[in-house]
Parts: sequence; structure tokens; C-alpha cells
Amino acid sequence: MLGGDPLLSGHIDLAVVLIVVLKVVAVFAFLLVATMLMIWFERKVVSDFQNRVGPNTAGPFGILQTLADGIKFFFKEDLIPDRAERRVFILAPLLTVVPAFLLFTIVPFGGDFSNGHDGSVEIFGHTTYLQLADPAIGILFALAMSSIAVYGVMLAGWSSGSKYPLIGSVRASAQMVSYEAALGLSVCAVVLTTGTLSTHGIVVAQAGSGWGGFIPHWNLIAAGFVPFVVFLLASQAELNRPPFDLVEAEQELVGSYHTEYSSIRFALFFVAEFMNSVTMAAIIVTLFLGGPAGPALIGPGWLWGIIWFLLKMTAFLFLFVWVRSSLPRVRYDQLMDLGWKVLIPLSLGWLLLLATFWVARDQHWNGFVTVAIGAVVGLTGYGLLKAAISTSRARRLEGVVD
Amino acid sequence: MGYLGGFLVSLRQIGRKQRVTPQYPKEKAPKPIRVHGRHVLNRYEDGMEKCIGCELCAGVCPAKCIFVRGADNPIDDPVSPGERFGYIYEINYLRCIHCDLCVEACPTEAITESKMFEFSFTNRADAIYTKAELVVDDDGMPQKMPWEDWREGEDLPTSAWMRATSPSGSAAFEGVVGWSGELGYGIRAPEAAQDIKDAVNTPLDMIDEHGHGHEDHAPGTPEHVSPSHDDHGAQDDDEWGGDR
Repeated sequence: MLGGDPLLSGHIDLAVVLIVVLKVVAVFAFLLVATMLMIWFERKVVSDFQNRVGPNTAGPFGILQTLADGIKFFFKEDLIPDRAERRVFILAPLLTVVPAFLLFTIVPFGGDFSNGHDGSVEIFGHTTYLQLADPAIGILFALAMSSIAVYGVMLAGWSSGSKYPLIGSVRASAQMVSYEAALGLSVCAVVLTTGTLSTHGIVVAQAGSGWGGFIPHWNLIAAGFVPFVVFLLASQAELNRPPFDLVEAEQELVGSYHTEYSSIRFALFFVAEFMNSVTMAAIIVTLFLGGPAGPALIGPGWLWGIIWFLLKMTAFLFLFVWVRSSLPRVRYDQLMDLGWKVLIPLSLGWLLLLATFWVARDQHWNGFVTVAIGAVVGLTGYGLLKAAISTSRARRLEGVVD
Repeated sequence: MGYLGGFLVSLRQIGRKQRVTPQYPKEKAPKPIRVHGRHVLNRYEDGMEKCIGCELCAGVCPAKCIFVRGADNPIDDPVSPGERFGYIYEINYLRCIHCDLCVEACPTEAITESKMFEFSFTNRADAIYTKAELVVDDDGMPQKMPWEDWREGEDLPTSAWMRATSPSGSAAFEGVVGWSGELGYGIRAPEAAQDIKDAVNTPLDMIDEHGHGHEDHAPGTPEHVSPSHDDHGAQDDDEWGGDR
């Protein structure tokens, strides 16, 4: 259960406990600061995209704006509506924020992966990984946590005793369940490629000098480009970020599940949302871009791990904001169409193809025949799906089915 | 680029040069010359108040925010030239909508509006400006309350509407000054003539002319009076009143 971290495999003494506590505090602090900076970063970059200035008063470049907002939230009146289910109403924000914190525990955020090192560092004479936990179930933990976070949103909407939050939470559960399938299938492709569930193992598999010495051995390429794209799209839907923010849809649902929330409870939702953005960027980096793996240029290798990790993560966070400021919100049927008719078949088909190639390589099958059969099967599946969709559309237009 | 073209459209918006946001509390966007701000009660060049307590401003006010009571001038120390003066003059800025109708109603150009509208009082008593706050000081400048945000130039052109065209509205009197002098300014210059504005093709509000002062426009010698109007006595205030 405690997994592959060499720190916990040997004798556990006080120093080991202290190191774990230190890591917990470090991850907690990093996550809070990163979230704070992410909110500022998003506001600032979106402003830039919209020819605005953005927060610029609190601190240099307005960097302390989030802190000021957070302090303000603490002093605001905390309202619980009369018709709310009190206990669930209070529990719901915690159900959103706790998984958001836990998600990051499995992310390797540093370590020396250059020159064939396995990413372990020495702290107080103990060898350990720069990640809070490295359980054997690894990436499944992330999927489980993001599923639990759905409960927070769902229960918040339901317990508010108000109709817009309820509509929002219904949307949320439908959307998250739909996209979790695509998300899981694209993670499967990565797991298939690297042969391990452990996030540390996934990063190690992607480390090294790579093909031709300079093309990194990232899953982005190794698993084919498709799982990455599917994961990126599905993660945006999982995060309820534009263009998939139908759950919040201010114009239709007045903010939906957090409509009735105020004060620090609202802030918890808000923090969880941005924390999930940070974590999701970190998970994308881990799964597809080799996490902290990268060449160490000058200085200690573990530092370069952190630097590469932060650089890659920031690039994805910028991408998130870029997507948000470029695309309008999709319609609900478009959302469902994209999830069920495009992403899930695509990732499922790609997973099958990938599995076929791996088996073919192990069994020494004829490569050309395998590719040909794979292509034929893939195209047939595509044709059948297309036929099924067009038939159902035609029948719907005739009024045969609803 | 197909589907991804839109991303470049938004990306091109990035850049400091494309921002137009003024850093508001630090700097203010330029205001149009006829903007309606806080009122001032003007005085004649000799220091006498222009208000005669006629209550026309209070009568025309759609927001009912002006309260005026006139009184007879003390014989030994008159406040205004003539018989009556504004004994009480109050404007409630919780009600005022800055429509400028009071300025148009005023027969003596006693009440005009400055360009300053950024004042945030913190209690209701401060919101009601009395004569003590509204009357211009001895330099002819509006009095500046601590909660008001005055900037350079906002107190200068306090009667923009009057200098728009000729007071009677007749095009023939365009540019003819038909109003009395003000403390600190003398007789204000009229706005630039319409034909000039048409020629430079600029919105009216953007033409800035601060041609105030005695030397340019001495009383009785307006600049743009054509000879054919001289016999009407265009400069004569009494004649103007009769025509209206």
C-alpha cells in the first residue's frame, strides 16, 4: 500500500516520520501558494487576452489579490438557506476541497531523473522520492479522488434546496460521469505504454535521453498523440472549465451549485476549482510529458526536476487559460455528443490498437499485417459508429424515438 | 487554420499597447467639455452673488433636489445686485441627477456645473450642499470639500452650456457673448464657432477652448459680431431679455 518509496520500505524511525511530515507540509504549502498564484495568473492572463489590466493594486502586479480576497471571504456573513439540508450543505464544500488536496499527493514534483537516475533524493541520510506518496495503485488514486469530488458538487447542489443549484448538480454529475470514461480510457493507454500504475514508475519510464538523443521519451509520443488530446479535452470537462463550464454557466444557472453558498464555504469551492486546475496540469505533465524528468544543466539534479516540473505545469496552465479566453461555452447536447460519440469511441479504439501493437510486438507477429488488420478494424468501427449515429438522428427526426 | 484559428485571434490580443484602460484613481480619462458635474453658485466680478432667489431652478428640477428661499437684500450690505438674493440655497446630491436643467433655467447664470462628479460623502448631512459650500470662493473657484476628488482643469469651465451657441439660439448670433462676467474669469469666451467645428470635423465635445479672461473679450466688444447685427444692440443684455 505504501508503495515504492524507498523511504518507507526499511526501518521506520523518527527521522522518517519527520521527513514525511515535512513533505506533507511542503506539498500543502505548495498547493495553497500555487492555487493562490493560479487564481492571480488566470485573472491576469485573461485580462491580457481581453485588453484589460486585471488585478494590479494588491502587491506588485496585484499578486496578493487572491490573499486579500481570501481574507475578505473569512469576514463575510456565512448564510445557510432555510430550506437547505444543513449537514450535507456544510459537508459538501469539504467533499470538494479535500479530494483536491489529496489529488496532488501522488504527483512527483521533483527529483533527479537525468542520466539514468531514478528520481530519488537524499534527505537526512534517507533515500526518498520527491512526492508525498507512491502507492501501487498510483494513477487510479487520482481517478478515484476526482470521482469523489463530483459528490461535493452534486451534494452541494442538492442540499441547497434551490432549483438552479439542483439543475447545475444534475448537469455536473452527468458531465463528470461521461467524461470520466474518456479520461480513464486515455489513462489506460498510458498505463499500457509504461506498464505501471505508479506515477513514479510512469515518470521513470519517460525519463532518459529519448529517441535519437533529443526527442524525449514522453508518453505524448510513445502512446500516440490521441490519448493526450483526449485526456486534455476530458480534463477540461472534468474541471468544469470553459468551454465545458455548463455546470456553473453563470448566465443560465447563476453559478449553479455554489449559488446558495457564501463566505468561506464559497471560497472553498473556488479554491478547490483552481486547485484542481493546478493538479490536473500536474497530472497531465506526469502522464504525458515526463513530469519532473529533464536534463540537469547546472547545479543539483533534484532542483532541475522541480524546475522542469514547474515549467511544464505553467505551460499547461497557460494553455487552460488560453482555451478559456478563446472558446465560447458549448451547448449541452454538443457536450454530450463530444463525450459519448467522439472521445469515448476514439480513446477506446486507440486503446485497442495500442494493445494490439504491444501484443504483436511481444508475439513477433507480422508487423505489416497487424497494421493492415488494425486499420481495417478501426475504419470498420468508425463506419459502423457513424452509421449508427446517422440512423439514430434520422429516426429521431422522424419522431420514432425520442 | 480551421478549428484552431480562433486561438490565434485571442492570442493576438495580448500586449500592453492594446489596452485602453485608464488607471482610474491615479489618472482620470479626459472629460468632455460639457460634462455635468457638481454645481457651483457664481458671483459677479465685483464679488456680488448672482443668485436672486427666484426659485426657477427649484421649480424646473425633475429630481426635486434643490431648495431655495429668497429674501430682500439688506440695504446696508447687499448680497446681490438688485432687490432679492438667495437666502437659502441647498442641493441634495442624493437626489440630483445632473441633468443641468437648473443651469438652463437660471436667468442670471448664477448656477452652473463644474466637471467634477467624483464625490463620495459618507453621511447624509454631507450630501446636502448649502450655500456655504456651493458659492465660489474669492478667486471664483469652486470650494473643494475633503471628500471631493478635484483634478487639474475640472474647476475651470464651469458653464460650458452657455458658451455653446448664441444665447438666443439664433444662428445669426453665433459666437456672440450674451452673459455677464464671473468672478475670477471676467466674461467667458464663447465656444468655437460652428463652421470651424465643421471644418475640422471634430465632435463638439472634443474641441477644447479655455478662452477666458478679460483681455480677449472685454465687455461690449464681442468678436464675431457682423456689422448687420450691430444696430440690434447685440451686446445689450436688456435687449436680449426682451427678445426672449
